[in-house]
Amino acid sequence: MDFISILSIFVLACFVGYYVVWSVTPALHTPLMSVTNAISSVIVVGALIAAAAGGSPSSKWLGLIAVTLASVNIFGGFAVTARMLSMYKKRERKDG
Amino acid sequence: MVEAAHAQPAWVLLAYLVAGICFILALRGLSNPESSRRGNYTGMAGMAIAVATTLAIHEIASLPEIVGAMVVGGGIGLVTARKIQMTAMPQLVAAFHSLVGMAAVLVGAAAYLNPEAFGIAVRITPIASPSIISILPVSRVEMGLGVAIGAITFSGSVIAFLKLNGNMSGKPILLPLRHVINLGTLLGILVLIAYFTQNQAPWVFFTVTALSFAIGFLLIIPIGGADMPVVISMLNSYSGWAAAAMGFTLHNSAMIITGALVGSSGAILSYIMCRAMNRSFISVIAGGFGAVASSGDAAAIDRPYKRGSAEDAAFLMSQADQVIIVPGYGMAVSQAQHALKEMADRLKGEGVRVKYAIHPVAGRMPGHMNVLLAEANVPYDEVFELEDINSEFAQTDVAFVIGANDVTNPAAKTDKSSPIYGMPVLDVEKARTVLFVKRSMGGVGYAGVDNELFYRDNTMMLLADAKKMVEEIVKSLG
Repeated sequence: MDFISILSIFVLACFVGYYVVWSVTPALHTPLMSVTNAISSVIVVGALIAAAAGGSPSSKWLGLIAVTLASVNIFGGFAVTARMLSMYKKRERKDG
Repeated sequence: MVEAAHAQPAWVLLAYLVAGICFILALRGLSNPESSRRGNYTGMAGMAIAVATTLAIHEIASLPEIVGAMVVGGGIGLVTARKIQMTAMPQLVAAFHSLVGMAAVLVGAAAYLNPEAFGIAVRITPIASPSIISILPVSRVEMGLGVAIGAITFSGSVIAFLKLNGNMSGKPILLPLRHVINLGTLLGILVLIAYFTQNQAPWVFFTVTALSFAIGFLLIIPIGGADMPVVISMLNSYSGWAAAAMGFTLHNSAMIITGALVGSSGAILSYIMCRAMNRSFISVIAGGFGAVASSGDAAAIDRPYKRGSAEDAAFLMSQADQVIIVPGYGMAVSQAQHALKEMADRLKGEGVRVKYAIHPVAGRMPGHMNVLLAEANVPYDEVFELEDINSEFAQTDVAFVIGANDVTNPAAKTDKSSPIYGMPVLDVEKARTVLFVKRSMGGVGYAGVDNELFYRDNTMMLLADAKKMVEEIVKSLG
């Protein structure tokens, strides 16, 4: 992919992000932060490339540490979001 | 050939695109609590696709180590997610931000040390001398920016964590000449990244990294506790931009889409928080808010006020048609949400309508109060945002303020000299009676201003720890 294609994806994704995030209900802003946290750990892709490559041991070890940190975030972020979201409940009918 | 270095099969590009779309859908699900759970699973699927694709297309020299790293990291993450108390969510999110930041720095450093593995280098072989690996200039800029933003995210989040977790005072720490130091450091980072395109020497790369760690630290220490909702949203945004910059380096659409989503998300949340405090983003970032307690307070403390007991509060509320509960950070500190839910249930049993009113900056992060109430099993359709409920206070018998202060201060509407003038506030004083739970009369809110509300005729102060007071009210309700 050339730079302009990448830039196009980036700019369009910013617009998508803008509209999608404004549609998030304020009651779910904390889960929004924790889930964005989890997905930004997609940086693990870069970490895996570094960890998988031979040739430079120091690069490999930096990659492995990054894989560990990103994994904390991926598993922790999605799990804590799921835990929070499971708590949001509607009023039971007897109260209404 | 420059482009050949990045050539990837079409299915790989499509797989990363699908992962990116999964992440968009994960955020889209959050428009409603019902669809949000499915959205979260979509996000997990996206992550699995991204990881599986990456592992499938690279020759892996060290699979056991990678699996080990994922198991260790994943285990720590899962245990933390299960054990963390909901009141500690702001700290946890700050800690998670710092990990994303650090991961970005490490990936940047790994790419710098082994650029060929990332396909961002060309090998130049001059005649009769060893070959030189030259990182592409555009990749150097992307890498430099990614590492800089990642490092700022890391050190800034560590400070935010220490402040939120109480390891460090929430008071702003003001260095002399801090604006000059900060601007100088930022400028230095940008100049060095520009120079990095000319000279890929290690000292340039590592100086950029070191300066960025320093500036993240310097940027957050002057910001006070009450501004933490903005800071944490801002760091959320930075962690996204760091991922996006790395995505540019790696030509990876999943990372770019995610980075743009997270970056916009954090930016929008920062904007919402600033608007809810009637402050400009610049003034929050400049810091120092709430550092200077106004000198008039000493005299104000002696003003007469009405003090009530738990029995008085129980009687007033049980006689009411409608009670609106206004929770704030104090509720989180004393873990009063479960007792509060019990109180609301007793009142409902007596035929009282109970609603909750939430100010956008109540608590230490966006949506903090909503999560705590959800944890206590408060149905989300009883919980209202400021603009949806503010007109109802005038027809409400009792406003029950628990652990909130500045967000109820009527001075924000009338007193032009007040630091919080112009901030949208909950019109609690329009209710027939205001019950205000507060530890003591001494303390002021985080903005450092006295609250006019305490001394009004229709206000009754309930001076005690929030949880104890609510428990006593529950007892009195019988």
